[in-house]
Amino acid sequence: MRPLLSPLSWALWFGYAFLYVPIALLILYSFNESRLVTVWGGFSTKWYGELLHNAPLLDSAWLSVQIAGLSATLAVVLGTLAGLALARFGRFRGRTLFGGLISAPLVMPEVIIGLSLLLLFVAMEQWIGWPDGRGMTTITIAHTTFTTAYVAVIVQSRLAGMDGSLEEAAMDLGARPAKVFFVITLPLIAPAIVAGWLLAFTLSLDDVVVASFVSGPGSTTLPMTILSSVRFGVSPQINALATIIVLVVAAGIFVASLLLARRERQRRRDEQMALQGG
Amino acid sequence: MSPARRLARSGRALVTGVPYLWLVLFFLVPFLIVLRISFSEAVMAQPPYTPLLDWVQGEEGEGLKLLLTLNLGSYLRLFQDDLYVVAYLSSLRMAAVSTVLCLAVGYPMAYAIARARPARRGALMMLVILPFWTSFLIRVYAWIGILKANGTLANLLASVGLVDPSFELLYSDVAVYIGITYSYLPFMILPLYASLEKLDPTLLEAAADLGARPWEAFLRVTLPLSLPGIIAGSLLVFIPAVGEFVIPELLGGPDTLMIGRVLWNEFFSNRDWPVASAVAIALLLFLVVPIMVFQYVQGRQQEAGR
Repeated sequence: MRPLLSPLSWALWFGYAFLYVPIALLILYSFNESRLVTVWGGFSTKWYGELLHNAPLLDSAWLSVQIAGLSATLAVVLGTLAGLALARFGRFRGRTLFGGLISAPLVMPEVIIGLSLLLLFVAMEQWIGWPDGRGMTTITIAHTTFTTAYVAVIVQSRLAGMDGSLEEAAMDLGARPAKVFFVITLPLIAPAIVAGWLLAFTLSLDDVVVASFVSGPGSTTLPMTILSSVRFGVSPQINALATIIVLVVAAGIFVASLLLARRERQRRRDEQMALQGG
Repeated sequence: MSPARRLARSGRALVTGVPYLWLVLFFLVPFLIVLRISFSEAVMAQPPYTPLLDWVQGEEGEGLKLLLTLNLGSYLRLFQDDLYVVAYLSSLRMAAVSTVLCLAVGYPMAYAIARARPARRGALMMLVILPFWTSFLIRVYAWIGILKANGTLANLLASVGLVDPSFELLYSDVAVYIGITYSYLPFMILPLYASLEKLDPTLLEAAADLGARPWEAFLRVTLPLSLPGIIAGSLLVFIPAVGEFVIPELLGGPDTLMIGRVLWNEFFSNRDWPVASAVAIALLLFLVVPIMVFQYVQGRQQEAGR
């Protein structure tokens, strides 16, 4: 008789259980009446109510969202330019250093990024008087710096997967490079840009180490608030917050993949029409 | 040069120059500053370190002199105080063990996904990546409730009579291993899957036809061909894990020494910026070889992707 599941499937399902059971437990216990978090005391949504009245936490969440939106947008602009340069410009002068500057932040320990940026900001303030103190501006710059690398890698791999023939055709027809970029390249790499923005947004919203180094008094981000609260163990409010974060992320990914799938279908239909028309 | 070509060239310079300048200013220059401050001396001042270069009044008639002071004290402390050496070694050990655990959990998963029907692979990979999109901090936090005394795991094991409910894995090295493996698993699976998916199944058929048993074919065909994925995945886990701060801070015990934590305390608790900088430089020196290997592997894949 064949076994119900092959060892390989066992390994796969064990892996998925490992990944998802902790998150499921987190959500389950957010509806727990008991303050003890892991001892079930009946169903309750009271921790969500308390969360809504936790003003410092809400303030830090709002600050984090602003920083994440701003730094993700900046990172998408810088990262798209960098990805374009790496994928399309061949061997230009300084390319090796450029490639290194793009991939190093991906693996650099956060404590080093945080420390080095803080020391830069302190030195800059001494020399040119800017940035004046540390806070939202410095955190945004720091997040832009390390998320740009992720966007660049995503855009570059998308560009590497497409041949440049459409761009070349447009050039041959006399389009200026800037026009080629906005009319041809940009729509083609739009999915990579959306993915890059979402990734940069998530990474920024998630970062606690770099933000702790470069933030100043009065600018506490959401992860910093969470860290200082969970240092002393579990707290039902954090479970409730975690549940909200997981739901928002799941909804965001669901909508994004739906939109991408629709775009892809549209593109295929257009291709078919073009082929029949021609 | 025609005006149009000149425009195109300046356009290209702009496309490369803007992100280049940003990364040089906010990524490269900061390292030079860390290097510089690691040679300073800590003082009670704002900023709390001495300048390397200073204008001093020379002997009579000489005017101002530029004085360069290189202070090696911070580096000497790294060797003299056991704390730092022990912390570096234990960081390397913790990262290495976690990387092996990631490989042990991740390789079978990546292999199973690469062998699944093509229509299902996308969804299965999506399930691997999805947790990565939720907050890292929250996912580490989830393990506190599981591993603490009277937590989920202790209660589960106690209900079948294996341990006492006060059984606690939290605040130990084991908890840190679990935390790192859990958090970094997607980074291991992604490159592994990428290299296993490209593998040509006819190679395995050929091996079977030539009389190789399945495990022999795996060891001599699949494993060597997935080596780039193993290297990339291992480095993506190992390098950041060495400098990890959040996981040992939340899941580790007071005696779980990791260098990221030491750097953090040196900076925030002791306010000794020069020693913190020296710790960072030494950490970078440890990581330079793995980072170079990673860059090389990345570069080769970029070349191949073209």
